[in-house]
Amino acid sequence: MTPNPLHLWLIPVLPLIGAAINGLFGKRFSRRAVAAVALSFCGAAFVMALWVVSRFSSLSLPHTETLATWLRAGSFQADFAFYLDQLSLVMLLVVTGVGFLIHIYSVGYMWEEGGFYRFFSYLNLFMFFMLTLVLANNYLLMFIGWEGVGLASYLLIGFWFTKDSAASAGKKAFIVNRIGDFGFLIGLFLLIKHFGSLNFEQVFQVAAQQPVETAGVGLLTTIGLLLMVGAAGKSAQIPLYVWLPDAMEGPTPVSALIHAATMVTAGVYMVARSHVIFEHAPTAMMVVAIVGTLTALFSATIGMAQTDIKKVLAYSTVSQLGYMFMACGVGAFSMGIFHLMTHAFFKGLLFLAAGSVIHAVGGEQDMRKMGGLRTRIPWTFWTMTAATFAIAGFPPLAGFYSKDAILFRAFVSPQGSWVYWAIGVFSALLTSFYMFRQWFLTFFGEYRGEPNHAQDEHSSHHSGHGGIHESPKVMLIPLVILAVLSVIGGWVGAERFNAFLSPGFHGHAITKLVAPGPEEAARMAVENRAIEHLELGLTFVAVAAAASGFFLAWLLYYRRPQLPQEIARALGRFYQAVANKYYVDELYAVLFVEPLVEGSKNILWRGMDQKVIDGALDGSAQGAREVSDSVRRMQSGNLRSYAGWVAVGAAAVIAYMIWMGAR
Amino acid sequence: MLHLILFTGFGLVCVAGAVNLLVQRHPINSALSLVVVMGALAAEYLLLGAEFVAAVQVIVYAGAVMVLFVFVIMLLNAGEEERTQGSRVALLLGVPGLVVGSLLIAWVLIHRSGTEAVRVGALPGYPKAIAQLLFHDFLLPFEVTSILVLIAIMGAVVLAAKPSQVQQGKKEG
Amino acid sequence: MIPLSYYLVLGGILFACGVAGFLIKRNIITIFMSIELMLNGVNLSFVAFAAHWHALSGQVFVFFVMVVAAAEAAVGLAIIIAVYRTRETLNVDQVNLLKL
Repeated sequence: MTPNPLHLWLIPVLPLIGAAINGLFGKRFSRRAVAAVALSFCGAAFVMALWVVSRFSSLSLPHTETLATWLRAGSFQADFAFYLDQLSLVMLLVVTGVGFLIHIYSVGYMWEEGGFYRFFSYLNLFMFFMLTLVLANNYLLMFIGWEGVGLASYLLIGFWFTKDSAASAGKKAFIVNRIGDFGFLIGLFLLIKHFGSLNFEQVFQVAAQQPVETAGVGLLTTIGLLLMVGAAGKSAQIPLYVWLPDAMEGPTPVSALIHAATMVTAGVYMVARSHVIFEHAPTAMMVVAIVGTLTALFSATIGMAQTDIKKVLAYSTVSQLGYMFMACGVGAFSMGIFHLMTHAFFKGLLFLAAGSVIHAVGGEQDMRKMGGLRTRIPWTFWTMTAATFAIAGFPPLAGFYSKDAILFRAFVSPQGSWVYWAIGVFSALLTSFYMFRQWFLTFFGEYRGEPNHAQDEHSSHHSGHGGIHESPKVMLIPLVILAVLSVIGGWVGAERFNAFLSPGFHGHAITKLVAPGPEEAARMAVENRAIEHLELGLTFVAVAAAASGFFLAWLLYYRRPQLPQEIARALGRFYQAVANKYYVDELYAVLFVEPLVEGSKNILWRGMDQKVIDGALDGSAQGAREVSDSVRRMQSGNLRSYAGWVAVGAAAVIAYMIWMGAR
Repeated sequence: MLHLILFTGFGLVCVAGAVNLLVQRHPINSALSLVVVMGALAAEYLLLGAEFVAAVQVIVYAGAVMVLFVFVIMLLNAGEEERTQGSRVALLLGVPGLVVGSLLIAWVLIHRSGTEAVRVGALPGYPKAIAQLLFHDFLLPFEVTSILVLIAIMGAVVLAAKPSQVQQGKKEG
Repeated sequence: MIPLSYYLVLGGILFACGVAGFLIKRNIITIFMSIELMLNGVNLSFVAFAAHWHALSGQVFVFFVMVVAAAEAAVGLAIIIAVYRTRETLNVDQVNLLKL
């Protein structure tokens, strides 16, 4: 055991206690009490995380704490144990910090909703599972967290469960996640079979000694691909991204916390954690990079044609997650985590600000009915502006540093290629375009909505709010804090971040780490300068892309607002396809959902359940009835038939005895 | 030779009596045929040397049991059985069937048993010898059957008595 | 010298007649008499085997059979009398209150 235990187990358990208190007793509490319970337990977890940071430098890493034994089957063992290294520390801070801010925001946002205690119970429950996921020291405990956040996501997406679309969206999220989990589980089974353990340290130790699988598909490649399937499900990559846009049915804080900052990043975390496996399986890494890049491009194109303010952000999340996977796929795992962190800041802020906008206009979510809100809700405007510039990648905001680092690594890495870079830059242009489109549509121009509009997102008691108004302070303070983080969050710099994380990646970081000899140093100095020039050039191109996106959006949505309509009409069917998200959901429905439902109805229900199972049961009862019906005729009440039966029976016995005697 | 003639003669009487029992419609005729059968059987027993058994057969079976039957028939005054269609069919099928069945059994038995012969009086069944067995080896069954007979007597009295008689018996006794 | 099988055949014929009467006859007393006939056939077999195997216990067994047959006849006839009192008939087909 470790000499100075940090009691890491408290960090997940504190929100669990909050969830339990609110869940069991919250119905009887006042709103203030519920909020106090939820905030205090979540805040306590955050404070503990800060305390762990303060003790971090004195720890020997990786730092493991075992709480209790869990499974022991033969030589296989998995425990309730927690693992702390640089990677989990970063994730821990992001989850608890952003989570706490969103808890504060939710107090204001959900104040007038029914089921207030239920919301905070679920939110704390989510924190528990997410922290378990991040702090686990073995894949099995991580999987519990993985499943648990899926559950919390389902509960929170379907929070307004009386609404059909919300309930369906919750189900869709859970089921699509499950498909990913299937791949994940098979990967875990392969790990157990071939490595004998699911503990990170043991698995990675053994994996590091395997040769790099360059030829075709070997064991590590298979495991890597299966883990990627799980990550694709959880982090909404192609082809399992379809649940994330639907998940916008949930309340906006849920979208911010779960579907932007934390849960969807679990897949990235898992891939980064398993980097040893991926580094020994180049094919799997390539698949990761390709999936990430394609997803980034694909969902960026869909985001351009969306009219719902939250759906734009949803597709943007899918796209940014694609960037993170692209980073992992080219070997720049720490850059992926860097972008994860900055993304948590600005995407969380974007969602919360969008929630503030929706709150201001009384529930309307269609951007075509907004406009000119810049002067009416200034705080929301300025914070959202910071986030929009951050996501577009303008220096010196956070998104610039992380996105640029990824694009550069994609270009120079041995597993990377200029193709990834090119697609990445083009997607950055699109990102900038649709984010600024949203910015212009929402905050500039004339207000196009109806006064006192009450819509679906909030229930009807919002209609009495009277006009467009700024959100209360409890909602604005988290916005401001996140805005500050979006600005300064990248200033730690990609190099320093990489240096911080790379011991956690066992020295597998990509760039310039090895200390060189003298001629080596000279050659490397020349090389370094060349690389620096290259990096400067690539950065310039990326910023130019962001700027052109801004310019396009300004042109189409501010200067000549009638142009978009004409372009849409000119593109005709292509535009329709994009606006309908390329009909992917409909395709899945035809390919998978309907055959399954019909098959279940006809084969499993009518065929198996009714005919076979019920049939067997009813049939055996019927058979018993028929047999006894025929046998009862023997007892006729007629003496002579009894006599006859006696005679027949006696004859049979005698015949048998004669036969036995004759043998 | 004489043995065979006697055996066949008494055997035919037995069979005739048995068949007559089936054929007769009035139970009293059947009862009297049965008496005849039992008498012939007693003769057969004598041929086998079972004197005591033959005597008991005549005294107990023919003399007591059959008399009981005849008493009951006369008491109940049962009449003739009617000829119904079922009984005609039974006679039509049953008698030939009986003949065939008997012939079959006879054939099987004769073919299977070989030619072990039993002499006249092969095993003399002296009362003394039987009594020896009865009161030594078979004492328990003897005592049990005596209790059985006692119970049978009591049961018969109770079952056959008129209900009022039983009540009176109970009140007085 | 009469083969054993002759005695057995005779006993068998008597038994068969008894079974036939038991099944065919409708008068309950006649049925009882057929039962007695069956018992007689069996007794003959017992005595024949006793002579064949020189085992006197065969004859003792016949003795017991007779005793039991007498007891059974007594009780059975008493029952018949009781049934006759209630049903006024000796036809076995009409004693059918338990009929379906």
